[in-house]
This record gives sequence, structure tokens and C-alpha cells, in this order.
Amino acid sequence: MQTSTLSAAGHPVRFYDDGEHHPQQGTLLGFWIYLMSDCLIFAVLFAVYAVLGRGYAAGPSGADLFNLPLVAANTALLLFSSVTYGLAMIGMQHGHKKAVLGWLAVTALFGLGFLGLELFEFAHLIHEGAGPQRSAFLSSFFTLVGTHGLHVTFGTVWLVTLMFQVGRFGLTPENKRRLMCLSMFWHFLDVIWIGVFTFVYLMGVLP
Amino acid sequence: MFPVQDILKLVFGRLGPDAIPHDPIVLGTLAMVTLGGLSLFVAMTYYRVWGTLWRDWITSIDHKKIGIMYIILAVVMLLRGFVDALLMRAQQAMSFGDNTGFLPPHHYDQIFTAHGVLMIFFVAMPVITGFMNYVVPLQIGARDVSFPFLNNFSFWMTASGAVLMMISLFVGEFAATGWLAYPPLSGILQSSGVGVDYYIWALQIAGVGTSLSGINLIATIIKMRAPGMTMMKMPIFTWTALCTNVLIVAAFPVLTAVLALLTLDRTVGTNFFTNDLGGNAMMYVNLIWIWGHPEVYILVLPCFGIFSEVISTYSHKRLFGYASMVYATVVITVLSYVVWLHHFFTMGSGASVNAFFGITTMIISIPTGAKIFNWLFTMYRGRIVFDVPMLWSIGFMVTFVIGGMTGVLLAVPAADFVLHNSLFLIAHFHNVIIGSVVFGMFAGINYWFPKAFGYKLNAFWGKCSFWFWLVGFYMAFMPLYVLGLMGVTRRMSHFEDPSLQIWFQIAAFGAVLIAIGIACFLIQLAVSYRNRGQLRDVTGDPWGGRTLEWSTSSPPPEYNFAFTPVVHELDAWHDMKQRRHQRPVAGFKAIHMPKNTAAGFVIAMLCVVIGFSLTWHMWLVAGLFFVLVLVTVVVHTFNYQRDFYIPADHVTEIENLRTLSLAAQA
Repeated sequence: MQTSTLSAAGHPVRFYDDGEHHPQQGTLLGFWIYLMSDCLIFAVLFAVYAVLGRGYAAGPSGADLFNLPLVAANTALLLFSSVTYGLAMIGMQHGHKKAVLGWLAVTALFGLGFLGLELFEFAHLIHEGAGPQRSAFLSSFFTLVGTHGLHVTFGTVWLVTLMFQVGRFGLTPENKRRLMCLSMFWHFLDVIWIGVFTFVYLMGVLP
Repeated sequence: MFPVQDILKLVFGRLGPDAIPHDPIVLGTLAMVTLGGLSLFVAMTYYRVWGTLWRDWITSIDHKKIGIMYIILAVVMLLRGFVDALLMRAQQAMSFGDNTGFLPPHHYDQIFTAHGVLMIFFVAMPVITGFMNYVVPLQIGARDVSFPFLNNFSFWMTASGAVLMMISLFVGEFAATGWLAYPPLSGILQSSGVGVDYYIWALQIAGVGTSLSGINLIATIIKMRAPGMTMMKMPIFTWTALCTNVLIVAAFPVLTAVLALLTLDRTVGTNFFTNDLGGNAMMYVNLIWIWGHPEVYILVLPCFGIFSEVISTYSHKRLFGYASMVYATVVITVLSYVVWLHHFFTMGSGASVNAFFGITTMIISIPTGAKIFNWLFTMYRGRIVFDVPMLWSIGFMVTFVIGGMTGVLLAVPAADFVLHNSLFLIAHFHNVIIGSVVFGMFAGINYWFPKAFGYKLNAFWGKCSFWFWLVGFYMAFMPLYVLGLMGVTRRMSHFEDPSLQIWFQIAAFGAVLIAIGIACFLIQLAVSYRNRGQLRDVTGDPWGGRTLEWSTSSPPPEYNFAFTPVVHELDAWHDMKQRRHQRPVAGFKAIHMPKNTAAGFVIAMLCVVIGFSLTWHMWLVAGLFFVLVLVTVVVHTFNYQRDFYIPADHVTEIENLRTLSLAAQA
């Protein structure tokens, strides 16, 4: 490979790489950017809740409806699921496939538990006549909390798929990257939930 | 056991034989499109192109092929969007007093809605995405984007949205609400038909494509630049692409969310934007414009980048004030988020709020003004060649400045109270959008066509197209400024005051001139193809370019660069030419490339069915196809064999051909 012209220091100037250069892997950055765009969707839903959230239309308010012990249980399940996912990631760092699969299974169970309790809560509200059609407050409540729940659902489907893939193909670099992306996703859902239970539930029961 | 009626209802929702419109214009169009489509199908079968089409284009993850497909999609949709424009101009030119024209109001309303949706989402967005896709990896010395499969998927999702738009013309109706579909008009009570649903799903599906494309290009520009290419040595088009994609990632989630809320209102009966039970339609207006204003900057910034490259190249001078151009672009990106209320000064926010947004709107015009000066200073004392792209650039500078000035006028809330939703507004935004996006599209096509296809476009027909467009544009839109100042409201299909008619007739004639301009462009494509032998670009650098895409052959090999370039200065290719670089002619290595895939196409086509069935309330079909999409995605993730190596001797073969052809030029 030929070069010509000398640089200021007297070395030949290279205009072509000799094959050492490898473009950097963009997957984690790309996934993070996607996650931030998802965060924006939640931001819009929070903004809508902020604007319409006192529109009770002479119907029930948060104080009338919210069952805080249930929400506390839900929160505990989701937060613990983040801890167990973290333990799965530690297992991944050490290359312990069985530990990864085990902790992922526990995470999935906590996630399913969270979803089950949430569906129970929704069903109960609808049964009481406080469904999403009742008022703008309830529309924004169901949409915000429901969108979070949908994300947890998709996250759980992804988690189970990854369990199959890790089980079958092992902790390959590709699978590790996927586990890292799901990790970001799962913890992100946790953060959103903290926003939800603060602004919706805790502030919602205040007079 | 089950009554036939119930089964039909479950499967077909509200789709029935009365879904095909009886309107003669629509039926005539359907006949023409069917005939045209059939002949195309027959021709393609006769010439046996299906295999090549599938292998080399539909399943391709090559950013160059995908970029070309985006632009083809845009040009095709431009034809439909422009027909809508001609229909509107014709109707408004003749519909006075007793003459009600040929378009009843309900049809007219669908036409202006479709015109806006098509032009913004299926012409302008694909065109800029196509250019960014094609050019950015080449300009940064990369082999492809960060996520080639997602790139393919993004294109097909955009195409799916376009397919739904085309179906809406012949099955059912389209929205009659304007391109932003404000509730309560777009709510279930006032638009109970399928129109708004088609609108929602076409946009949501295309929106997924656009958002993913945004993520893709940001990661590409951040992570895949050639060694030595620091941020401030990136080509200016790449800078504008980066800022555009940041805007896309930050703005499109808002559109996704607000359209989802509208969908819930229409389908589930929620009360986000209803008139009762706590809903607030003004929330929709705010959210849609929080998306909408960044959207117009998404459209314009890449075009500024195109003009920067073109003006610099054809003036044979480096871009004046590169750093200030970069800062101006970044400032525009940030400020575009604090001006959105200027779209609804009249909605009642009060003087203080209006004043804030009026001021920010005026401030945002300043960086753009700085850019105009930089372009002019680039031209000053350059050795200017008035090739077709340069003509479009000069046309842009004049046209955009006029449009920008009317924008600054509209930024004054008191003036806007008179001019809001008048034809003055219509003239303003067409002035800026056509001036920048359409002119940029034609400048970019003429500029990069030889790179993409290996031969230049015929200059004569290019110049014809330019002049018909330029004169036609002014004839079509200057009368609208006059009408707007006289108080004429937008979106009207009939008028009583005959003194207005002459202005509409002039505008209609202008539209005809533009139509001739578009025809000249199509002729240009055909004539150039026919004469491609004489127009061939053998060096890969027909214009004396300054950026890395011109260092490759025309068209570039699939791997773009046999050896990744090492960058030392801004305008890297110009630097390489100045310092008499030697292109390597031996020692080629095997190149790692991603494989083609059908998954993106398959998922996107399944999404067309989902969008269609959700529109027609065919819940069973929608649910089933949604599960199919999930299954396809999961199955795709089990495919770990996604790459291959181009063998070193294959690379050597291709590079040797280039060595020979360059030597023949010398």
C-alpha cells in the first residue's frame, strides 16, 4: 500500500487504513437511544395525566379508588424483579449459564406477579364502573399505567425468548448483548414505575 | 350453529361491498391504476425481473439500495400528491357563485387532507431519509449503517404506510379533517367512518420506520466514522443529518403517543380529547404541534446540508464558515422545541404566552439567516459552474428567504390573528417547504445521481424542469399571499365573491407550469437512461467533489471502500486530491458484510394487513396478524447467521476494474 507526501513531522501521511480499523458496535448506544424515545412517550402520557388528571367528571377520584396496599405489593414485586435481574447479570459476567437462567426465571415470575395484580386492579375498577371511559382522569390513568404494563408484558415475552436462546446457544457475545439490552429495558421500566406510583398513586390519594 | 351474519361481522368488521366508492373520479382513477399496475406486472414478468428484484432490492440491507428505494417511493407519491394539488387548484379556480365545481365538499376535504399527509409523510420524509441513507455512510467512510437490517425494516414500514394510503383511495374513504386531524372533528362522533383510522394507522406504521431510522443514523454517525474524522471534520451534510435524526428521535414519540390517544378515544371511548367528561381538545393541538414544529425542521435541515455541499462543490470553494454552519444547525435543532405555539396563537393562551412564543419564533430565524450569508460568501469569488444543482440552490436561496420573511411576519401574534388559517399561511409554508425540500430534492438528485447510477442526468431537461418549477411556483403561490391578505380562508371549496376568481385562475395556471416541470423531470430520467452511454461517469468524481463519497467508483462497490480512508482534514477527499494520495492497488483483504433478509419486508406487509383490519374493525384478523408479527420477530431473533465475508480475490477483481478505468482516464 503506497502513501505519498510527508506530514509536518516527516512521516508519510496515511490516507488508507490497513485493515486494523473496526467500526465500533453501536447496539448498546442504539438501544439506549430507543429507550430514551420510549421515555418520551411516557413523558407525553405523564403530561396528559398532569393536564387531565383532575378531570373527574363528577365521578370517582384517585382517593376514592386507589388501593395503596395493593400498589405497595406491586411495587415490591417490580423492584425485586429488578434486583433479581441484576443478579442474573452478575451471573452473566461470571459466565454461569445456570445462574443466569435461574435468576431470569425468578424475574419473570415477579414480572408476571406484577402483571397479575395490575390486571386484578383494572378488572376491579372496571367492575366498579370506574373504567377508562368514565372520565378524562380515568382515561389517562388507565393509559399511563396500562402502557407501562404493556411494556412489562413485552419485556417478559422477550425475557422468556432470551431464556430459550441462552439455554440453547449459551452465553455467546450476541446473547450477552441482548441480555444487556433487556437489562436496560427492565430497569427503565422500574424507573417509570417509580414515577407512576409517585405522581399517580401517592399524589392521587391526597385531597 | 352460528348465524352467518355474526361470523361475517366477526371476520369482516365494518368492511362490506359498499366500501368501494361510487364517485366517478375515484372509479376512473381505480381503472387507470389497475390497468397501469397490471401492465407493469406483465412487463416485469416478461422481462423476468422478479428474481433480481427480490434478491437485490427487496431483501437488500445495503444502505445504497435502500436510499434509492426511498427516493423512488417519494417520487411516485409526489405524483399522487401533486394530482391532489391540481384538483384543488382547478376546483378553486372555477367554483364561484352558481358554479359549484366538480368536487363536492366532502370529497374536496379528503383531497386536501390526503395532499398534506402524502406530501409530508410520503414524499418529504422518504426523500430526506433516502438521501441521508445513501450519502452519510459514504461521507463518513463507513461500509453501511450501524443496523442494516433495521434499515431495511424501516424502509418497508414507510412503504407499508404508503400502501395503506393507496388502499384508502379505493376502499372506503380518507380522513376529511386536514393533515393534522384535530379533534373533536377527528373524534368518533364527528368522523365515525374509516377515514381517520386509515390516517392514524398509515402514520403510526410509517412512524415506526422513521423512528428506527433516526436511531440507526445517530448510532452510525457517532460510532462508525473513519479514523481521524472528528466531529468537526465531518461533512456538513452529515452534521445536518445528525441534527435531523436527533430531532426525529425526540419528536416522533410525541406523534406516536398522541395518535394512540386519539385511537383510544375513537375505539375504546376514552375521554382525552372529547368535549365532555373532562376531555380537552386543546391538549391534542399542543401535543401535535410539539411534534409538528420539529417535524418541519426535520424536513428542512437535510436540505440545508444538501445545498451546502452543492454550493461549495459548484463554486469550487470550501464552505464559508463551517463552524458557524454547525453551530447554527445545532441552535436550530434546540430552538425548534420552543416555538410550537406559533401554530395556534389564536387558540386563547393569552398575550404573555403568545409573546414568549412570538419572540422565540423570531429568534429561530436568525441562525437560518446566518446560513444564507455563509452560502453567499461561499459563492463570492468562487469559480461558479451553473449546472442544474446550482440552479436549484440559487432558486432555493431566493425562494426560502421570501418564505422566511413571511414567516417572521406571521410570528407577530397580532398579525397572526388576522392571517391565521388564511391563504397567506398556505402560501408561506408552501414557499418555505417547496423552496427548501422540493428544490433540495431536485438539487440532490441531480448532484448524486451519477454516484448512484454511474451516469449523469441530462442537463437540458434538468434546466427545463427547474425553470418550469421556479416560474410555476411563483405563479401558483404569490396570488395566495394576495388572497390571504384580502382575508380568504384556507380549505374552502367554493366562493361567492367573483373579484377573487382571477387570482385563483393565475394560481391554477402556475400549478400547470409546475406539472410541466414534473413532466420535464420524468423525461429527464428517461432521456438520461437512454443516453447513459454518453453520460457515463467513469471517474466517480464528475463534479470535482470535496467529500469522501466522490472517492468511490460510480456506482460504489457493495462494500463502499476496499480500505477505510484515514481522514486528516475537513473536506477529506479534497485534501486527498490536493496531497496526491495514491489509491491502493494491491493487498486487498476479505470484507465482512451483513446478509440480505426477507424478515423486514414480511413484517412490514403483515403490518399493512394489521393497519387495514384495525381500520375496518376486523378485530380477529388484526389480532391474528399481530401474533404472526410477534412470531416472525421471535423466529428472526433465532437466526444468528447474519453475516458473510466477501472473499479477498472478489474484492481484488472489483478494485482492479476500477484501477483500469481510472488509468484509461489518465
